[in-house]
Amino acid sequence: MDKNPMDLKIAVKGIDKVYNDGKKSAFKAIDNVSLNVYKNEFVCIVGPSGCGKSTMLRMMAGLDFPTKGIITIDGKKIIGPGDDRGMVFQTYTLFPWLRVEDNIKFGLKLQKFTKAEQEEITYKYLRIIGLEKFAKCYPKELSGGMKQRVAIARALANNPEVLLMDEPFGALDLFTKSQMQLLMRDIWQKEKTTVIFITHDIEEAVFLGTKVYVMTPSPGRIHAEIDIDLPENRDLDLKDTPEFIKIRRSINEMLHPDSNKLK
Amino acid sequence: MQRKVLLRRPMKRVNYAIIAIIAFALVLGLWTFASQSGAVNSTFLPSPTEVVSKFFASINDGSLGENTAISIYRITMGFLLATVLGVPIGILCSCFRTMSALCAPLCQFIRYMPVPAFVPLLMVWMGIGEFSKIMIVFIGTFFQMVLMIIDDANSVSDDLLAAGYTLGASNTVTIFKVLIPAMAPKMMQTLRMMIGWAWTYLVVAELVAANTGLGYSILKAQRFLKTDAIFMGILVIGLLGLITDCLFNILIKKLFPWEEGGKNG
Ligand SMILES: Nc1ncnc2c1ncn2[C@@H]1O[C@H](COP(=O)(O)OP(=O)(O)O)[C@@H](O)[C@H]1O
Ligand SMILES: [Mg+2]
Repeated sequence: MDKNPMDLKIAVKGIDKVYNDGKKSAFKAIDNVSLNVYKNEFVCIVGPSGCGKSTMLRMMAGLDFPTKGIITIDGKKIIGPGDDRGMVFQTYTLFPWLRVEDNIKFGLKLQKFTKAEQEEITYKYLRIIGLEKFAKCYPKELSGGMKQRVAIARALANNPEVLLMDEPFGALDLFTKSQMQLLMRDIWQKEKTTVIFITHDIEEAVFLGTKVYVMTPSPGRIHAEIDIDLPENRDLDLKDTPEFIKIRRSINEMLHPDSNKLK
Repeated sequence: MQRKVLLRRPMKRVNYAIIAIIAFALVLGLWTFASQSGAVNSTFLPSPTEVVSKFFASINDGSLGENTAISIYRITMGFLLATVLGVPIGILCSCFRTMSALCAPLCQFIRYMPVPAFVPLLMVWMGIGEFSKIMIVFIGTFFQMVLMIIDDANSVSDDLLAAGYTLGASNTVTIFKVLIPAMAPKMMQTLRMMIGWAWTYLVVAELVAANTGLGYSILKAQRFLKTDAIFMGILVIGLLGLITDCLFNILIKKLFPWEEGGKNG
C-alpha cells in the first residue's frame, strides 16, 4: 500500500533492548526492530509470549527506553510517557478508589477541561462502551470484560494520537473476548484512532488489524509485515472465510513451522 | 457417616462471639478462683473485685485521668512525629532507588537495636523531660515504619503507575493521585499496627525515666507491693490499646469502601 510519509505517526528505527540487571548476564530482549505506524492504521503485533511485545509497546509509550536506536512520534523522539499515547494494559488498571466515571475523567481533569466538558466527554465514551448504567460503580463491582471496556474508554476520552494496547483481552473468556474485538473494530471505524495492538492470538491479530507485524522470540525480531486485505466492516463470520483462514495459517506457519507434528 | 471437618470453615458471627466471651469468662473465672481459694497469696494476686475497686478509686482521686492524659500525650506526639517523617520517607524510598539506598539499609540496621537500651542514652542527652519519652516512642516506631511503608508502596503495581503516566500525569501527580490513594488502605493498616507497638515503647520509657504516666504508676505500685494497682495499670493500658485499634479499624472501613474483598480483621 502507498502511504504518505506525512501520515507517519510512530516510527521505530533499529531498536535494540538489552536488559542488564547487574547480577545476571545481559539479556537481549529486542534485536534491531524497525517498524512504521501510519495515521488511522490498526497495527497488530503478534508473537509468542516472551518475544518482547510488551517491551516494544512500553518503549513506544515512553515507559522504558531502547538501548540502541530511536522511536519517534510525529518525527519527535519519544523521551517519556505523555497523554498523546493512551494505553490499555492486560492487567486491570482501573483506579479502584475512583468510580467508573471518575476513572474516565482522570485524564480530562489533568488536561483542565471544564466540569461540563468532562461530563460530556465521559458520557460520550460510556455510551460507546455501553456502560452508562455503571457510571457510579466502583471497579470492584465490574466483571473483567467491563473493566477493560472502561479502561478503553478512559484511554480514548483523553483523545490520544495513538492508542497502545497490550494484550487487553488476554484474561477474558472466549465469548467476552470476541465481543470486545467487535467493539474495538467498531470504535476504530468511528473514531479513526491510530491503534497499536499486541497479542499472542493470531486470529485476533488478523481480525482486528489493517497491518500485522509478526515477531519471533529470543531475541525479539520482526519476522514479517503483512497488510491485511480484508473488508472494512468485519463481523465474527469473517473468521470462518477462506481468505481469513489463509492469512491466519500463513502466520501460524511462520511462528510454528512444525506445529503439525508432536514434539 | 459424619461429614469431615475441613480447615478454614466459616462460622456464624454469633457463635464466634459466644466462644470469645467464654474464653474471657474462663480466664476471669480462673483468676477469681486462684485469688479467692487462697491458693495464691493475695499480696501477689489481687482478686478481680479488688482491681475494679482500685480502678474506681483511681478515677475518683484523679490520678488515673492525669496519668492517662500524659501517656496519651506522649504516645500521640511520638507517633505523629514518626508518621509525619516516616510516611514521606518510605514513599520516596519506593519511588527513587537513590533515596532507598540512602535510607532502607540504615533503617534495617537500626531497627534491630534494642529500643529500651536507648533510654539511658536519651536520659543523658535530654534528661527526663517530656521530649525523651516522646523520642523513645519515635525511635521504637520510626525505623520500622519506614520499612513497612516502603513495602506498602512497592505493593502498588507498576502498571497502575504506568496507567497514570499514560493519562498524562507527571511524577508528582502520579505520586499524589495514583500511588498514595492506591497504597492508602495498606498504609492505614501499617499505622494501626505501629500504634500498638508505640504503647509498648511508651511504657518502657515511663518505667525507667518518668515520674508521671501509666508506666510510672505501675512502677510506683511495685515499690509498695500494691499488686492491685499494677494489675489495674496493665489492664488500662491494654484497654487503651484495644480502643485505638478499634478506632483505626472503624476509620479504615469508613475511608476505603472501594477496597476489593475488604477483609475484616
Ligand atoms: N524488566 C526486565 N528485566 C529483565 N528481563 C525482562 C524485563 N522485562 C522483560 N524481560 C524479559 O524480556 C523478554 C520479553 O518480555 P516481554 O516483552 O514481557 O514479552 P511478551 O510481552 O512478548 O510476552 C522476556 O524473556 C522477559 O523475561
Ligand atoms: Mg506481554
